[in-house]
Formats: sequence, structure tokens, C-alpha cells
Amino acid sequence: MKSTAIGNTDRRWRRPRLANVPETDQTREFPGAKAPDRTGSIDSSGLRLALNEWGDPDAPVIAMVHGGFDFSRTFDVFAPMIAEAGWRVVAWDARGHGDSDHAHLYGWAADVRDHLAAIQSISSEPIVLLGHSKGGGQLLDLLDGRPSLARAFVNLDGLPSQFSSPDVNDRERRRMRRADLASGLDRRRRRAELTRRPDTIEGLAERRQPMNPRLSREWLEYLVTVGARHDDEGWRWKIDPVLHLGGFGPWRPGWSLDHLAALEMPFLGVLSGVQDDPMGWKSRRGDIEPFLPPGGQLEFYDEIGHFLHIEQTRFIADLVLKFLEPHR
Amino acid sequence: MTRRTEFLLNGSLRLALHTLAEGEGRPLLLLHGLGEQSPRTRPAWTNAWNGPVLALDFTGHGESEVPVSGGYTPEGLMSDVDAVLADRGPVTIVGRGFGAWVGLLVAGARTSLVHGVVLFDGSGIVGGGPQPPTPYVNVLPASGSVTPDPYALLELSRDPRPPDYALDYVRFVLEDSDIEHPIVVSARIRPDWLAAVAADIGVIELPLEQAIESFA
Repeated sequence: MKSTAIGNTDRRWRRPRLANVPETDQTREFPGAKAPDRTGSIDSSGLRLALNEWGDPDAPVIAMVHGGFDFSRTFDVFAPMIAEAGWRVVAWDARGHGDSDHAHLYGWAADVRDHLAAIQSISSEPIVLLGHSKGGGQLLDLLDGRPSLARAFVNLDGLPSQFSSPDVNDRERRRMRRADLASGLDRRRRRAELTRRPDTIEGLAERRQPMNPRLSREWLEYLVTVGARHDDEGWRWKIDPVLHLGGFGPWRPGWSLDHLAALEMPFLGVLSGVQDDPMGWKSRRGDIEPFLPPGGQLEFYDEIGHFLHIEQTRFIADLVLKFLEPHR
Repeated sequence: MTRRTEFLLNGSLRLALHTLAEGEGRPLLLLHGLGEQSPRTRPAWTNAWNGPVLALDFTGHGESEVPVSGGYTPEGLMSDVDAVLADRGPVTIVGRGFGAWVGLLVAGARTSLVHGVVLFDGSGIVGGGPQPPTPYVNVLPASGSVTPDPYALLELSRDPRPPDYALDYVRFVLEDSDIEHPIVVSARIRPDWLAAVAADIGVIELPLEQAIESFA
């Protein structure tokens, strides 16, 4: 896949030098999935972040930020739907994820800064921002510090609740933190020899299924072909093997809710009500409503899991498009 | 003696580990403050220590390498100290400022390898306070190999340090340690996290030299 570095321009809608994406025979078919129309990269203080685009390059921009352990190609069905409605959709891979560079250091603040670098490379004017899960939580932080970046903000199940884990007592929370610390340090000690375990397409999909139990095997196998690379031993996820779930340090959900209350731009929050989805944030409507910014819209679906935009793509796309209609 | 420097690998990045004094037995490991680097010579306040005296330059500081595009967190820099523990085995830690914070964290994470930690005044002892400071997000130019890395200064002066988070690490240390008082506070400046640590019933306060002597 050919890609080209993106350069900043002075135009209102920056027009990165992106390469068209050739057809590839390694990608499996999935109904509605469409490879990006253009691909390239941007620079975040020397770190290369892979960037993908769908839709008319002259259309108004909506930038999509994926969640933890995902990558921008997880928008392969959702993004084309938004693009078909007249939007230029831009999404990038977080550091260490997808086709972006692996970094020596990872952290919430660094991700937030990478998002700023990406957004500034796309447009000098406010754009629409959409974040899923961790990506949505990070955009909350970014927009509290840089509100002028967005003219509207959509958050898909990335609104953490301080009330979401009432069944975890202090002792258990400490035990979990301690285990997380030790495994994180052990992993970094072995960093030089860490690799992602090779497998078949079906095998990688099966291993991902526990994180995405509500998503079809057909979709997960498709994801392997766009989120993993193939070598002599099989397919391996591209994500940096040193990364692991958790590791947020002292981060508290309430801190993100403070950012939510501070927002000024039009806001749509969408919550999954499925409480046993392992990657879900498990926030309830009543947890979030007191922190909604003025005029903010909050939707809650107790039948849709954490990956709302993948599980019910058309429904969520229509919801987002309806919200965005006044903000084209 | 003139310090002797060797380099350890943390992933692909080189860390400078300086030997300030030779000796037998468990080393005393000095962790510098934010934006600082290891001392050139052995500080006089370590004179009571008969074993080796080591000093580590954190990532992006002193003679250690600078990573591309920051990403500094105290939890991430624990792995710098862990690289020393992997190479040298058990140590006693004296941390200044930011080094005190990382020293406490790594003492809690590697209880069998940190034989006591002394928390002392120095640059970066406050961090971002008990809650995140006002959001400030900025992209800096690539910093190359210059130390201290501007991203280290930016990110490690803004990390939140809730007192109850610090006390989790105190609990980790106290639950595992076979020393009567494995955490000693010698710092006079007491941000919220350090005031909470010092007030814990398992933690004692001593002047710096006496604190070091207590672990010798």
C-alpha cells in the first residue's frame, strides 16, 4: 500500500498529499466494508502516525479517533457510511497501534497530544470530532484544553463513570493495580524479545473474540487482514507487543466528567447499556447526565454493546448524521 | 573517585548508570529530580553508606537517551529503575523530588528488590498536584538528543498524584517488606501525596543522613 507524508498547507481544509489506496488481494470481504480512499501519515514530534481517509476530499471534515487496542481500519464500515452522506472522514492510528510507529513511551497525555498533531495537520478551522471508547475519553481532555478545535463532538461509549465499578472494593482494586504493575514491568523487561504470536486469520480472530464477544467472527477475520501483517510464520497483530490493557496510572473517571461539563460545542454522547461487555465502560445514563454540557444530547442503548458503531453500524451512523445535520 | 558510567538498555533506549563509589554489598541508588541529572561525585550525605553508590539518569535526562515524541509518565519511568534492578539486584533507593515519587512507585512494584526507600526534597516533588491541572496540550518540535527533554519537563511536571494513589504503593511496600520501616521521609517540602505518606503509621521521618544510615 503506497503512502505519502502529509504536509501542512494554509488552506482552510488542509489537503494532505495522500496516495490512493490500491486494491489488495489480502483483504477479506465484509458487507459494507471499504478500504480508505486515501492513506498517508502525519508527524507528531518525530513520530509517524498512519492516517486514512474516506469520501470527498472537499467535503466538510469529521475526524474519528479509535479506542484502545483498536486501529483506524475498525471504521471500515462506519466511515464509508458517514462519507457517503457527504463528509470527508479522517482517522489515524494511535502510537503503537495499526500502521503507526511504535514509541518508546506511551501515555494518555501523549495520545492526546498526538490527536492534536493529527487534527492540526487536517484543518486550521474547527472540525467535527468523533471518538470511540478511550479515543472519546481522550478527546474530552483535548477539547477542555483546546475547545476551538471542534465545532461539534460525538462520543461513542467513551464517557467513564466514577460509579461504574461499585462492586470492586479498595482491597481488590489495590490487588488489581499491583498485578497490573508487575506484569507491565515484566513486559518492559522482555521488550526486546517481545513479538505478537503468529496465527492463522481464523486463529487471531478467535483470540480477539473474548475482547469483542458481540462482534461476528466474519468481522473479526476481516479485521485481522487489515490490522495484522503476514510473514513466514503467519499473521500477527501490528500493535506494539509492549502495550497491554490498563496501565492508566492514577487516572480517575471523575476527571473526565469534569472535562465533559466544561465543553462548549454541540455534543452527542452515546452510551452502551450492556454491562457485561468486557471492553465497555459501563456508564449509566444517570451517571453522566449531571455532567452534560448545556444543550448536550445523551443517548443510551441497553441492547447495543460497547462497539456500537460496529454492532449497529447503520443505526449509529444515522444517529450521528442526524445530529450533525445542522453542523455541516 | 571520578564517576564511572555504563549503559543499560531499556527496550532500545540507553540509560546511563553512574558508579559514584565502589564497594561491596547492596548498592545505594540515587534518583535525581526533574530536569536534573546524576551528581558528578558522591554527595557527602551518602558517606555513611559503605556499599557501592550508584546514580541513574532517567530517560531523557543527563547522558541517557531521549525518546521520540515524549510520552513520559512516572509509571513508565519505573521501568528505568527496573532495568537497574534487573542488572544489579536489590538496592536501597534515595530519591530526590521527582525521583522520590518514582522511588516510592518502584518500591511498591518491586518489593523484593527495593530494600528501603528514602524520599527527599528536589525538583519535581509536587508534580501536577492531587488532581490534573488545567489542561494544557501542545505539540513541541522534535527534541533530538538534547537533555533534559522538553517533553519530560512538560509531562512530568503535570502528572496528577492523588494521596490515596500514593498510599496504595505504601501499602504494597509495607505488606511485603521484612524491614521494620522500609519507607523514610526526609523531605521538608510536603505536597499532598508526601504529607499522606509521611502520616502513614508504617512510615517514619528522619534527617537524610540518618535515613541512609538506617538502611546501611
